[in-house]
Amino acid sequence: MFDVEVENLTKCFGDFCAVDHLAFNVEHGEIFGLLGPNGAGKSTLIRMLTTLVPPTSGTARIFGFDIVRDANNVRQSIGVIPQAMTSDLDLSAEENMSIFAKLYSIPRDKRRRTIRELLKAVDLDQWADKPVKMFSGGMRRRLEIARGLVHEPKIFFLDEPTTGLDPVSRVAVWEMLAKLKTERDLTILVTTHYMDEADKLCDRVAIVDHGKLVALDSPLKLKASIPGKNILEVSFSEVPPGWEEALKRLPEVADVKSDEHVFRISSNNGPRTTIELMESARAAGIAVTSLSVQSTTLDDVFVHYTGHQLRDTLQAAAGYDSTFMYERKQS
Amino acid sequence: MNRIWAIIERDLRRFRRSPTLIIVSMVLPLVQLVVLGYAFGGKIKNLKVGVVDQDHGVPAIKLKEMFQAVAANARTFDTVPYSDQTTALRDLRTGRINGILNIPPNFSRDVLAGASPRIALVEDNTDQFSASALEGSLDQLLIPYNSKPIQPRLTADATLSIVEIYPYVPYIQYLLPGTIVMAIFISAMIGGGIIYIDDKARGLHEGYLVTPIRKLELIMGFNLSGAIKAVLAGMVLVTCGSIIAGIPDPLNILRLARMAILVMAAALALISMMFLLMVRVNDPLVPRAIFGVLNTVLFFPSGAVYPIQGFPPWMKVLTAVDPFTYAVHGFKELVLKNTGLMAISFDIAYLLGFAVLTMAAATLLFRRSL
Repeated sequence: MFDVEVENLTKCFGDFCAVDHLAFNVEHGEIFGLLGPNGAGKSTLIRMLTTLVPPTSGTARIFGFDIVRDANNVRQSIGVIPQAMTSDLDLSAEENMSIFAKLYSIPRDKRRRTIRELLKAVDLDQWADKPVKMFSGGMRRRLEIARGLVHEPKIFFLDEPTTGLDPVSRVAVWEMLAKLKTERDLTILVTTHYMDEADKLCDRVAIVDHGKLVALDSPLKLKASIPGKNILEVSFSEVPPGWEEALKRLPEVADVKSDEHVFRISSNNGPRTTIELMESARAAGIAVTSLSVQSTTLDDVFVHYTGHQLRDTLQAAAGYDSTFMYERKQS
Repeated sequence: MNRIWAIIERDLRRFRRSPTLIIVSMVLPLVQLVVLGYAFGGKIKNLKVGVVDQDHGVPAIKLKEMFQAVAANARTFDTVPYSDQTTALRDLRTGRINGILNIPPNFSRDVLAGASPRIALVEDNTDQFSASALEGSLDQLLIPYNSKPIQPRLTADATLSIVEIYPYVPYIQYLLPGTIVMAIFISAMIGGGIIYIDDKARGLHEGYLVTPIRKLELIMGFNLSGAIKAVLAGMVLVTCGSIIAGIPDPLNILRLARMAILVMAAALALISMMFLLMVRVNDPLVPRAIFGVLNTVLFFPSGAVYPIQGFPPWMKVLTAVDPFTYAVHGFKELVLKNTGLMAISFDIAYLLGFAVLTMAAATLLFRRSL
């Protein structure tokens, strides 16, 4: 039996389906990442799995408990860290945890012991009696992680746990999650739109786009699944007709995608392709205006499977938001 | 019970650490009591009344003397002599004076002839309170003026003796019951309306909803924590307000205990009503937007500032269902008359019944999902 079993899970709001017939399983003890841009349906999916939003169709089971019929057993089995930071700023770290422990009816002695252990595990034991309003974003997130574990769940859902954190705090959260997973025998399901986070933290990654599952495997296998070991991003002073075809004919090139003047070349041998590329450009009288060579990342995997870059989607989402705010101000 | 207590504990800890909230819910109603109590409660004095004597006869002079005697003693009005009515009318219209006592040219002749002599009070009726005070003073003045110099030993005229069974009640004391209920309502509005919706918008409720807490436990927790804060606000008003308003023996333990029971019933009724109104609301602007209207719709028809008997029939319907009505009535009995609980048993029963009904409806309507 899997810890999480998702079968054709769908959530539609009117004509729009935020989650569209998703199906996957999560094994015990793994860190399972849901990777996708804003609006891909990750949060809706996690809200369905944590009983916060009823599905339109399909089913899911957490430890064998149906998310609709056995919702209370599901709630008892899971720890949840929502996207928004929901700790009470006026309360201390210990008080925040104590209140949640009471919501799970944990007896007093066990409550005190568990809270002490968890605050130590997230390096907040020195700050136990300090009001949360004194905490940095990273500390608050660590407190919320501790709070989510106060009833000793076996599966832990985290919705974009590092969004809004600085790089140092992000790394600290990753390390903490990896440590807690080992120490507490946890299964973790985490959503993120950070490629590097999914790459470093997750045992398996499901790429979600427009509510659909696009690819699912370990980061290593996902990267190996796309053509080429290296990605060359190159732009030229001019692009003559048939230039893209000429690039495809270069040695070791597996694939070429163009975005106006920027070409993304997948290569099985980056250094060799780079030398050949420079020579071809010189022979054609074209100047190379920028060039970068890097190993294949999950970003490339995302581009390969969805046809667009994750950062483009994020920028589009941000642009939409700001336009919306501007329009509201005008009205 | 542990889960209900967790919600209450969280709310009360936050309340304790928010001085602004404490001031808003406890001190502001006291300020309102003092300002409203003294703004409406005082006797109207020093109105300016122009006197136009077009007669100059002895009866007219006697009338003017009596008028000036009242002006000198009761000081409800001061007299301003005018030689002609046109100037007096102009000053009345420009607001320099509040009324004109006009003694017509044939007044003395009519008095001596016993031919129904008439004087006129020309008043600025845009100010009903001042106009009524002037009318009352002049009516009182004409009684001794009209009385016969030699009274018969026996008379068939009926007279009215007024016996007041309670000590004089100044307006600030009359207003105190309404202000206590207002303090409870403000607390319910903040706790059950504004904070509840703000917490929901900030995602705090999401934290509750992923735990195994039941719907009824959530509603009970929210309601009881709101009610406890409202009881605290109400008891501050009961004690401090009674002292400020000059209620006799304000700290009598028995009286305070009776008041505490009514405060609890009123707090439960108002917070439950607030939850029912807010149970499906998500926009934080909504409770702020309806606060003023709700206050007016509930407070004024309750008889807190004006007797219910003066309301039109449609408003009496509102009065009959308004929980403020029963809370205000109960506090009037306890504050102004110092009665026992039996006298307000119906008020308490109504408030508790109202609380149970609204809480049940809120529980049915509450969605245990986002």
